[in-house]
Amino acid sequence: MTEEIPYTVQEHPVTGIYNGKLGLWLFLASEVMLFGALFSSYVLLRVGAPSWPHGWELLSVPLATLNTFILIGSSVTMVMAWASLKMDDLGKFKLYMGLTLVLSFGFLIVKGIEYGGKFSHGISPATDNFYATYFTLTGLHGLHVIGGIAVNAYLLITSGAWWKSAPAHFTNRVECAGLYWHFVDLVWIFLFPTLYLL
Amino acid sequence: MADHSADDIRKHVRVYMAVFAALAVLTVVTVAVSYLHIESVAVTVAIALFIASIKGGLVAAYFMHLISEERIIYWVLILTVFFFLVLMVVPILTDTLS
Repeated sequence: MTEEIPYTVQEHPVTGIYNGKLGLWLFLASEVMLFGALFSSYVLLRVGAPSWPHGWELLSVPLATLNTFILIGSSVTMVMAWASLKMDDLGKFKLYMGLTLVLSFGFLIVKGIEYGGKFSHGISPATDNFYATYFTLTGLHGLHVIGGIAVNAYLLITSGAWWKSAPAHFTNRVECAGLYWHFVDLVWIFLFPTLYLL
Repeated sequence: MADHSADDIRKHVRVYMAVFAALAVLTVVTVAVSYLHIESVAVTVAIALFIASIKGGLVAAYFMHLISEERIIYWVLILTVFFFLVLMVVPILTDTLS
């Protein structure tokens, strides 16, 4: 018999929450610093530049607006996936998690169309500081979307077995994946106006 | 979030839908404001960041359940916000000192 990892379901007496959630929030804190450092660099570059283009002159606002709706929608389906488990409905969980994945891929496809449009015109991160910050910030965000897809797909594929053996633990795992996914949405909520609309 | 009955969750679902609607409306407002091409850069930045903060706040409060979390998470976040603000002040200091 292997020893069980403690406090995956029960609240830890010291923190009042299960360990995974505390771990995830600490991870998100480090993520805030990662994106914060890049954001801060962006402000420094932009304020110090003799001239800086408006995002809407060079980038597609309609595509980015579409992606904002897609990502907000995926946050709703993600929280609904968790709520479905709380209501003991694995079928609905699978539906909402599947929708979340579809929307996530939709986001990447739209982003790919945007990137493709730039590359086909010979525009790359090396073009200038504007594009360097644009590709760095959206690229890092895109990597986070891919990471979220990997975790969410894993949770969806293994959901049947998890639900049978440890439903409460599984529900908490989905909650943690959700916290991460909402953070990715939150970052985009700030990236969108900063890069495209200012 | 502590344990919730299925009834509680059903109430939450209604809130999630309301938040979704609010986020969609605010996204439209953000884009609409940007088409006005306001002269003042400071005003444009202020409006954009103000709306983004409301949207971010809604996501954090309701989707991430921060509105009813344990104290330890608030402490983690207070520290995070402090250090985040330090990061944001760095470019301003660099600009004024140089």
